[in-house]
This record gives sequence, structure tokens and C-alpha cells, in this order.
Amino acid sequence: MNRGAASTEAIPRPAPARTLGRAGYVAALAALLIALPFIPQVPPFQRILLSYGLIAGITALAFNLLLGYTGLLSFGHSAFFGTAAYTTAFLVRYLHLTSMEAYLAAGFLSSLVVAVVFGVVCVRYTRIFFSILALALSQVLWGLAIKLFWITGGTDGIRVPSPTLLFGLIGGGDDKLTFLATTYYYYVLAIFALCVGALWLVVHSPFGKALQAIRDNEVRAEFVGVPVRTYRLVAFVLSGAFTGIAGALWAPLNGHVTPDVLYWPFSGRIVFMTVLGGFKSFVGPLIGAVVFNHLEAYAVGYATYWQAVLGVVLVLLVLLMPTGLVGAGARLAARLRRS
Amino acid sequence: MSILVIQLLNALLYAAILFLIAGGLSLIYGVMRIVNLAHGSLYAVGAYVMAWLVGGLAARLPAPALLAVLPLAAAAVAAVGALIEPAFLRPLYRRAEEYQLLMTFGLLLLLEDLMRFVWGPTPLSATALWASFRPVTVLGAPYPTYNLLVILVGLVAAALLWAFVYRTRFGVLLRATSQDMRMAAALGIDVRRIYLQAFVLGCFMAGLAGAVIVPIQGAVLGMGVEALILAFVAVVIGGLGSLEGALVGAVIVGLVRTAAIQYVPELELAILYLIAAVVLITRPSGLFGTREARRA
Repeated sequence: MNRGAASTEAIPRPAPARTLGRAGYVAALAALLIALPFIPQVPPFQRILLSYGLIAGITALAFNLLLGYTGLLSFGHSAFFGTAAYTTAFLVRYLHLTSMEAYLAAGFLSSLVVAVVFGVVCVRYTRIFFSILALALSQVLWGLAIKLFWITGGTDGIRVPSPTLLFGLIGGGDDKLTFLATTYYYYVLAIFALCVGALWLVVHSPFGKALQAIRDNEVRAEFVGVPVRTYRLVAFVLSGAFTGIAGALWAPLNGHVTPDVLYWPFSGRIVFMTVLGGFKSFVGPLIGAVVFNHLEAYAVGYATYWQAVLGVVLVLLVLLMPTGLVGAGARLAARLRRS
Repeated sequence: MSILVIQLLNALLYAAILFLIAGGLSLIYGVMRIVNLAHGSLYAVGAYVMAWLVGGLAARLPAPALLAVLPLAAAAVAAVGALIEPAFLRPLYRRAEEYQLLMTFGLLLLLEDLMRFVWGPTPLSATALWASFRPVTVLGAPYPTYNLLVILVGLVAAALLWAFVYRTRFGVLLRATSQDMRMAAALGIDVRRIYLQAFVLGCFMAGLAGAVIVPIQGAVLGMGVEALILAFVAVVIGGLGSLEGALVGAVIVGLVRTAAIQYVPELELAILYLIAAVVLITRPSGLFGTREARRA
């Protein structure tokens, strides 16, 4: 965020040491997520939907490393998600690899490389120029994906079958639905936990604090000795690489990769989720992603005009609730405590 | 030879449309410092209104008279703009610019579905107007007269806009506001009104672009999103906030795109974004932008 905005719209701090504590919440949530396949009332479809939500959560958290913590609004994050998804699809199509670990490693590396190239160019600018440049560069990849159809399959895309997990130990036997709803759900959950942990460490490290200093006041950060541009680049690359992990996880879950994941409205969705949850807290984007994912799934099912629904939500968010669900929740909690 | 002439005319046709869109986008950015992501959707609204009007009137009016509908469609879009600015953008001027991007993105989603709701998912066409003109021969190549007309509209719009901005009192106020909004306000310029007028004018241009393109290619869902990004490319090449830049950018995009479709169709899309990226890297304020525009 730019100067001023951060301070005027600060989230009220939660009172310290309430009934349960942060570790308690995390443990309870983890237990629930692990127990989910054993609860017969939750159909397999719900777990697949939640897997999409968790993957979106990784994406939004990684994206927020830039928006919320460094103050850079990227309108081109589909590039990293799409690069990793396409890398996975290429491994399937051209090398016939089935190992999920290979997909993850290749997705991480390919999005990292793209992020380095884009980052070197983009972090020279801030604000609107940063946003547009990221957008333009991501559209180069989209243009290639859609036009080089003998490599990428054009708009038909590439099919990605269910992979083998843990270096070939698991996989094959199950039918696809059971595999995705149980085995793959746990796999996504584990990677999700690792990514959330890693990103939590990043933003709470001295490096993360330096990023916030850059966000709040670039000149002062420079004065106290923060190498602003280098740190921005590192944040950009980390953000892109983690987004790549999400893209690699997404490809087998979706079973199909098309140029849509590189098109700029996909970047818009990532921005949307983050803002919906609230980009001024760590968990905000995560909550926004899961909520958005469910909202979209049901809105598409019930309403023809779900896009308009999302549009209205976004317009109202910006006008009335700029701190997102988390900010509004915190404000509500504060009001309840006071009364 | 005749192939070359036709390709060149096609490039100009494309540039004319793009200038109308990109010029409006740039005007709005130049004055209000808002990158309007909904701009392409407003262009699409213009296209739909035009197709709808022509569809309703084609049976009753002689075809050339349908040309009079063009400004009507553009005015309809301008009216939409006159609603959007005070209701959705005005509350945000004091906030960080990320919120303005988000707001216009929300408006984009809203407008896209609104068009689907009003006009349905099937494309509309207005070929009656296009077909009513006989093709003419330009330097030995047969070319549709209507397409020439669109090129003319683009040229006239550019000339009028230039005269408007550099030769009228309103233009002076506009430029003053765009250079230093606070100073302009302090000197007694009604900045609020200027903002509204600039936004409405930008919307009018987008609507006109949509209206003139319909008889050639029809109105389709999603045309706005595509046009927005290409207009971005044009504006970025020329320099955000500069009208001359939008014109030059539109011509470059028109030429490059036509040439790319002819010679390297695989790279048609990628090459445009690459040019935009290269311009941003080497000259971030664009070919015609000022440093001022960059910092704002």
C-alpha cells in the first residue's frame, strides 16, 4: 500500500491471549482438515472443492507477499501459476513423467526462472507502471500459449492425468474420484501446510519486516540501509515461485491445462481473492481464496450471472470494506467486546 | 501491390479503432490518474447499443441514414460514464490507487455480465450498414467503402480532439488540471466538473469506437477485455496520458499486428506485448510521455 492508506485503515489489534490462542486455532483447524475424509457427511466432491480452495490459498498468500507486504500490485501473477501448470503439462505430454514430485520441482523452478526475468524488469517501477508492466509481460506468455498450438495445444490445452505420488509409492490403483478426493487431498493439504509455514516465516523474518518498511516508506527504508530494489526483487521471485507450486498442484487436480490460466483476468481473480479476504493481515488472502472458491463454485452452479455477482461484491468491498473479510471481522469482534 | 494496399488500409482501420479506445483511456489517465480497466467494456457497450439500434431500425431507415445512429450509440456510453464517475470513482480519489484499479476491475466484471443479461450470449451484427456501401477501388485494390469511412472517423476524431484540447478554453482547464490538480483547484477551477467531463469524453470515444466497428465485425461477448489489453499496449507505447502518444501507439500496433498476421501469425499476440514491455523497459514514460506522467 502507499503511504497513508496503511495507517488510516489499520485493523484493530485483537486483545492478547483470548480463550484459545493462535496455536490452538491452528491445531483445531488442522485436526478438522485431516479428519475431513473420515466424516461421512462431507461428500468427496467437497474435498475436491476444498483442494482447489487450498491451492488458491497458496496463490493468494504468495501474491500478498507483494501486495500486502511490499506494496506492489501485480496484475500479471497468472504468468507464474500458468508457467508451472504448463511445465507440468509438458512433462506429461513430452517426457511422459508421472511423478508429482517432478511436477512440483519443475513447476517451482520454471516459475522461479520466469519470476527472475520478469522481476528484474518490473521492480524498477512501482505503482501503476509496475502493475501494467507485469500485465504486459504475462500477456506475452498467454499469446505464446494460445498461438504456438503445435506445442501447447492452443485453446484445446493439454490433458494432465492423475500423477503418482511420493516418488511412485502411491498412485495408479484408485479410481480418479477417490484418488483426488482422498489421496491427492492429503497431498495438497501437506504441501499447503508447508507453503503456509514457509511464507509465515518469510513475512515474520527480518526480511519480511524490511519489506513492510519499503511498503510504508521507501525513502526511509533506503536511509536505514535496506537495499530496496534487491529486496523487492527477492520478494517478487519468492512470490512467483510459490505461485508456481500452486500451479503445479493445480494441473493434475484440474486434469487439464488451457491458456486461460495465463490470461490476465485470471490474475484479476488472484487480486480479487486477496482483497476479499483482506491484504493487511497474513491469513486474510487465505480466507479470501477459500471463500472465493466456494462462492464461485456455487454462484456458477446457481446463477448465470455469477461474474456480475463477483463484480458487485468487489465494488462494495472497495467502497465499504477496504480491509476485507478479516478486517471487517476484526472490527465486528472489537465492537462485540466493547458492548 | 494490391495486397499491400489492402493490408495497409486494414492496418489504418485497426489503428483508427484503437486510437479511439486508447485515446479515451489515455485522456482519463492523464486527467484523473485512473487506469480504467472497465474501458474496454464500455467500448463493447457501444458496440452492442449500435448493433441493437441498427437491428431495430434497419427495416425502417435507408441504410446510409443509419450512419446517424453512430453518435447516438456513443452518447449512450457517455451517459453510462456520467453515472459511473460520481457513483463509483469519486469516493476513491483520496485513496491509494490500488483501490481504483480494483474498483474498475469490479466494474468490468459487472459490465460484462450486464451485456450478457441485456443482449444475450449470441453475437449481434449490423452488417446491413456495411453492405449498403459498394466497394471502391483504391490504387487498383477493391476495398469496402465503410472501412474507409471508419479510417476517416478516426482521423476526424484525432483532429477534433487535438483542437479541443489545444484550442479551446475547456482544453486549457483540462491540461491545467492534469498537470497539477491542486494548483488548478486553488486557482478556482472546478476540478470535480473537469473530472466528470474528461471521464464522459473518454467514454464517448470508447463508445464511438465500439459503434463504428460493429458493422464490420459484430458485437461479441469478451470483445471488451481483448480491446482493453490492446489499447493498453498502444497507450504504453505512446506514453500514458498523452493523446499524441495514443495516436502513434495505435498506428504502430495497427501496422505491427497486420504485418504479424500476414508473416508470423504464431507470434501475432506475443509480439505486441513484447513491444510494450520493451518500450516500458527502455523508456518507461513511453515515446511521448513526460516524466511527470510516470511519477504520478
